[in-house]
Amino acid sequence: MTSAESSPLILLHDKDNVLACRRRINSGETLLIDGTTIAARGTIEVGHKLARVDLGPGDVVLKYGVPIGSITQPTRIGEHVHTHNMKSDYIAITTRRSTGEEKKS
Amino acid sequence: MMLGYQRSDGRKGIRNVIVVAYLVECAHHVARRIVDVSADMDVHLIGFPGCYPNAYSLRIMKNLCVHPNVGGVLLVSLGCEGFNREALHAAVAATGRPVETLVIQERGGTVSTIATGVNAVAAMKASIAQTPRVPIGLEDLVIATVCGGSDGTSGLTANPAVGKCFDRLVERGSTCIFEETGELIGCEHIMAERAVTPALGAEIEACVAKAAHYYTVMGYGSFAPGNADGGLTTQEEKSMGAYAKSGESPISGVIKPGDVPPSNGLYLLDVVPDGEPRFGFPNINDNAEIVELIACGAHITLFTTGRGSVVGSAISPVIKICANPDTYKRMPDDMDVDAGRILNGEATLDEVGGEIFDKIVALAAGGRSISEALGHQEFILTYKSFEPVGPACLPLRARRA
Repeated sequence: MTSAESSPLILLHDKDNVLACRRRINSGETLLIDGTTIAARGTIEVGHKLARVDLGPGDVVLKYGVPIGSITQPTRIGEHVHTHNMKSDYIAITTRRSTGEEKKS
Repeated sequence: MMLGYQRSDGRKGIRNVIVVAYLVECAHHVARRIVDVSADMDVHLIGFPGCYPNAYSLRIMKNLCVHPNVGGVLLVSLGCEGFNREALHAAVAATGRPVETLVIQERGGTVSTIATGVNAVAAMKASIAQTPRVPIGLEDLVIATVCGGSDGTSGLTANPAVGKCFDRLVERGSTCIFEETGELIGCEHIMAERAVTPALGAEIEACVAKAAHYYTVMGYGSFAPGNADGGLTTQEEKSMGAYAKSGESPISGVIKPGDVPPSNGLYLLDVVPDGEPRFGFPNINDNAEIVELIACGAHITLFTTGRGSVVGSAISPVIKICANPDTYKRMPDDMDVDAGRILNGEATLDEVGGEIFDKIVALAAGGRSISEALGHQEFILTYKSFEPVGPACLPLRARRA
């Protein structure tokens, strides 16, 4: 982990374009990302991730220095990156409301 | 000093468990009552529910019944099911372990079979108390790892801490097994580079490709709703976190369920069935994976969890390593190790890896893990189908021969 111990954000690899949350981040909380100060856009829970830079549809998301999927919606620096704006490049995930009968896309 | 139980095949156990095994769901209640009435934390229930025969489940049951942690075996059969009880009985008897088969239809039904079974367990308990105790070292141990209820913290704390522990164990001559190729999708190329031979690297890539195909046909990845609640967005993100459990040692081989690694070092267990999907999901839950790891000889399973799993296992103890500090606060009485301290800067990965290592030594010396002390003895075995591994999968085959 390369981030300062006091930061709530962890940069796992220099190449990454997302940061992992060491603890819950509250909406509006001031975050320092690569020298830029921004206000957190929404509450983000421990273990979740946020954008290190502005990202757009088709951008490959890098975590641990490797691709973990791609962006589907415009996403600004400091914004939560999750199922609403990112997808797998291998296999779709499912939710508790999935029935198992959905058509494969 | 750690003292183990000497078995006739040369392996050593850290427990001396009696297993009571039902051979079809119709015999489950009788077997469970025998275990309940025996009221002994070292009498465990295992079994297979199906009535149709299946080579995989027979092989797994054989391997479980002659596992180094098992001292004696009671088989409970209804009588008309397809399970080859004679072959299983013979395999156990060949090792010198006490074994008895009770056929409910020949024993006069439920009540008399339970009474006979309880007496048989008590007699076995007295006889296995004589099992020779011998010094057991880290080089005798097979340690497995699995993750369950993963979240975004798993890949930051508990999984890499297990990786650190695995590196230490491999250095000291232990055998370590990691698994679930469906949760290694996306990691296949970096993993292949760690193989001890290029041909083994190609086998690793092939078994992950098989997993990707299998899960695609099933329509689901190895990804539960709780994974997403906990911050994991994609299968490949979950994979990268899961992969960290393997540490950094070279990968010595690929095995399939029921294969005991032929040498020390780090092994990958290929859990995805061969051929076109036939019997459903590769492993329907975490305990199905743990059972396969135990069938490969695992003495202890290191179980990392972010969301908060509570399970243990029959036969071999489970050490629970909690990745998420909030989860640990909610359910501390189910966790052996609090790896979430890493997130708060209260401990390093190396320190937590060392704690896990110390827990292994304590368990091998006779201590109980938390899930074990709570009586967790989950077990599940279902239908599957495998081909044997190819020659490139076991380049170190000769080392232990």
